[in-house]
Amino acid sequence: MDINMYNPFIVPFAFGVIVLFINLFIAFVSWIYHLDKQQSKHVLKNIISFKTIAAIWEALRECIFHRNIFKRNPVLGYMHLCFAFGWLALIVVGKMEAVAYVGEYWTNPWLAIFLRFFEDGRAFPHKEVYAFVMDLLLTFVLSGLLLALIKRVYSQLLGMKKTTKHTPSDRIALISLWCIFPLRLLAESATAAIKHNGGFLTQSLGNLLANLPIEHFVLPLWWAYSIALCLFFIFMPFTRYMHIFSEVLLVFFRKWGVTESEKKTGYTDMEINACSRCGICIDVCQLNTAANFNNVQSVYFIRNAREMVNNTKVINNCLMCNRCVDACPVGIKTTLVRQLFREKDGFNKTNYYDYLNTLSSDNKSKKYSIAYFAGCMSHLTPSIINSMKTIFDKAGENYCFIDEDKNLCCGKPLRQQGFLTQAEALKKHVTEIINQTDADFLVTSCPICYNSFVNEYNELKMPVLHHTQYIDMITTNGKIVLEKKNLSMVYHDPCEISRGCNIYEEPRNVLRKTGNLFSTENEKNDTLCCGGSIADTAIEGTDIEAIAKNTFATLTKSNPDILVTACPLCKKTFMRNNAACVKDISEIVVDSLNID
Amino acid sequence: MNTFDSIIIGAGPAGLKAADTLANFNRKVLLIDTDAKIGGKLNLWDRLFPDFSSSQELLNQLSKNINNENVTLKLNTNIISIKNNDNHWMATDSNGNTFYATTMIIATGFDVFDAHRKEEYGYGIYKNVITSVDLEKILSGEVSIETPSKVAFIQCVGSRDEKVGNNFCSKNCCICAVKQTIELKEKFPLTDIYCFYMDLRMFGQSYEELYRRSQQDYGVNFVRGRVSEISPTMDNKVVLKAEDTLLSRPLKLTADLVVLMVGMEASKGTKILGNQLNINNTDGFVKSTDRYLSDSETTLKGLFVTGTSKRQMSIPETMNDAVNAAVIVNNFLNTL
Amino acid sequence: MISFGFSLNTSRTIDIDADNFDKCHSLINHVPSYKRCIGCGGCAATCSAQQHSQFNILKCNLLFRRGEYDTLSNELDKCMLCGKCLLVCPRNVNTRAMIISMRNLLKTK
Repeated sequence: MDINMYNPFIVPFAFGVIVLFINLFIAFVSWIYHLDKQQSKHVLKNIISFKTIAAIWEALRECIFHRNIFKRNPVLGYMHLCFAFGWLALIVVGKMEAVAYVGEYWTNPWLAIFLRFFEDGRAFPHKEVYAFVMDLLLTFVLSGLLLALIKRVYSQLLGMKKTTKHTPSDRIALISLWCIFPLRLLAESATAAIKHNGGFLTQSLGNLLANLPIEHFVLPLWWAYSIALCLFFIFMPFTRYMHIFSEVLLVFFRKWGVTESEKKTGYTDMEINACSRCGICIDVCQLNTAANFNNVQSVYFIRNAREMVNNTKVINNCLMCNRCVDACPVGIKTTLVRQLFREKDGFNKTNYYDYLNTLSSDNKSKKYSIAYFAGCMSHLTPSIINSMKTIFDKAGENYCFIDEDKNLCCGKPLRQQGFLTQAEALKKHVTEIINQTDADFLVTSCPICYNSFVNEYNELKMPVLHHTQYIDMITTNGKIVLEKKNLSMVYHDPCEISRGCNIYEEPRNVLRKTGNLFSTENEKNDTLCCGGSIADTAIEGTDIEAIAKNTFATLTKSNPDILVTACPLCKKTFMRNNAACVKDISEIVVDSLNID
Repeated sequence: MNTFDSIIIGAGPAGLKAADTLANFNRKVLLIDTDAKIGGKLNLWDRLFPDFSSSQELLNQLSKNINNENVTLKLNTNIISIKNNDNHWMATDSNGNTFYATTMIIATGFDVFDAHRKEEYGYGIYKNVITSVDLEKILSGEVSIETPSKVAFIQCVGSRDEKVGNNFCSKNCCICAVKQTIELKEKFPLTDIYCFYMDLRMFGQSYEELYRRSQQDYGVNFVRGRVSEISPTMDNKVVLKAEDTLLSRPLKLTADLVVLMVGMEASKGTKILGNQLNINNTDGFVKSTDRYLSDSETTLKGLFVTGTSKRQMSIPETMNDAVNAAVIVNNFLNTL
Repeated sequence: MISFGFSLNTSRTIDIDADNFDKCHSLINHVPSYKRCIGCGGCAATCSAQQHSQFNILKCNLLFRRGEYDTLSNELDKCMLCGKCLLVCPRNVNTRAMIISMRNLLKTK
């Protein structure tokens, strides 16, 4: 340590850094402490493995280079890259320069930041190169800052229709962040005007400043720079900028196999704090684009969660279509987090839905090839049930219809609303009833049930198929033969089986055999929600209609004869617009069957 | 030269009555309809409520004066655009013919609700689910069926239903169902009839009396509850599920025939013209300027509206409204 | 003591004067649509839980509206939240939100 290289102006900076690290330490320890048993087990199992290396790579790629944002919009990606990579490089190269200047590794830690001020003009290895590189990096960061300023005023340029609204603490941090780099530029330039130690940028500006009485401003400028840093560091843990560190932590824990649990845990906090409030989720949310809700999107919900302002109107207002999850550059499972926040306390009896105990399926004398579970909603679209019966008969299946007379709910709607005990109770009953059939396959017509069977039901004794998969299977193996008709069709991917379960090709395979299938703007994992989602309890019928209308219009832009879907709920929702041209895939198949 | 005092679009009861009245005032009238015959929706019904008079008899009375020299009738003519040019109205049909007149009367009427849109009732899926319009053909003898043992009527299909975007009451279905249950009972005395309703609205002259007779003289059963879904049985019948709301208990009923009492929506033509001229209500019907004082006028000068293109009406109401519109149009022509 | 005055069987009477409507009013803030119900019974007829139990969603709504909360809490636990009622309601009542809000309101004394 060299006592000569000290000036009181570094005190605010040092104070800020210390406060920042204390805050970070407390937060991180508390999150890790609050992981549940299962999650900790995953961490301990995977911490010494290649997964850690993969995590390092991902952290570099996403947290420093922001590859996902780049993929979405290069300009926006560049802006984030400028701040993250530019700033980190300024610190790293600054440290290297300080080491080269002092000649030993252990230098005063603040030299990496303030070296220009303390430099006494002596020569050190690669002095010009360092000056050039440091200025280049500063220019780089400043260019990002310019874009950020433009984004505030004119967000469309960066591919965003709407940008996040700020909280007061965000604003202080944002203003200090914006001040940091211009102040650094001014401080270094002022010093360069006197000491002639700047690079291409700071020296040129310094030469201009040399005409002014600049010597009076040098020290105040460095003070201002240090105070800006201090302010930013102190406020940072309480603002969106916390994501800079939390995101890295999240990447590691995710790579180690940690996922959201049934209840809120430390991992939930990591996810909540890893949100950079970039606002990408705002534009993909149909509640914003089609129904004019501007304060319920994941970014706002997560902000509320961080600030512990629980607003049920916001928490409940989500279609859970997972479009935002798909778009999130940080990969936060926003809908799962929301589900955790919907958790209802005080509902934990042991005998929920005991009235289902009396149910049992009929005789077990014959062996069923198919157990058919239509799902609640399918009973309101008899066309689907009717078509499926025809298809089963045609394919020569010996099937039993589990919920023909009495509907059973799979429990997903309860789970989405945070009634976990109830959902588990229902799951237990339904599993038992399904397993009693002892069939070869379980086929369901409801995407919600399918998703639930695949992801939640771990004790089913038979493989589960959605009817799109089943029909694809029996057309491929020749159990039924389809006749191609001269019909133009578009296919709407229901959220729960598309983004939820990756069923994309099966329905398309089937439809190509029955007519001319055309693609639409939003398909496969970019599919839109029909609006009828039962995950959202906060919206009114008129809002559902607005979303349905919008989605219907987008899907039928090419004026197809038929809009095909594979979900009773989607079908019913779309039929409000136009009954004639909305059909389920099973109806299309029956129309194309060669009935002898 | 295709110039008239008035062009009436739609040759249903409203259009016919208005044309007749204007012709009596010695006005030259052009009566246009897309259909191949006159009468519009009157042709869908066999007998009329509440007195079981014949619809064809009424139609004959209405069309008697249409061969008058003052009335030009153009059927199979589909008007696709209406324009106002220098206080003259022009109507252009799909073949490119243009007709000119000083005034224009919209009498494009209503459409019956497409029951396919309420899929849970299985119209088009189960053979024994029919609409009230289909039932008229059975009642008139045009279509014959075997004697059903149980028949269910479902009220408010496509009316008072936000799910199909029709928040209004169609107002005629209640009494129409009562009329049809009586007719059906006369045709098949041994058939049990159940009528599922949300509210029964018997506001017209002798409607309540007819309702009373259906209960007392014909033994029709009225159940207060909306049917939620219909499913098939093994022997090709259907099962209805409803809640008997007066007893607070679920109810099911196996029926051989289900009749959906379909509501009245603004017709396609009404919606198109209303949109084109920007004179429609949110529910698709055409808006008159004031329902108390100027119910035949629209916001456009020389453009008038009558009958069920405005709102749901019974046939007597339509007749009165058409006469009213004709008088107003004649007065308007007098002031020119 | 024998009273010859006018009396009603109090246990069956819905006493509008004595009932407390706080929860009933508070539900309107949460689910404004719940008072739109015209009691058609479509929800109750289609209800999945009704097919297995005595659950009656329409009755729950009506009892809540009349301030008769006593028996409701256990009743509401039978609902599976499947959402069929939402699809059949002609008045677009947000039935599921109604059930959830009722459950929450009844939990808080």
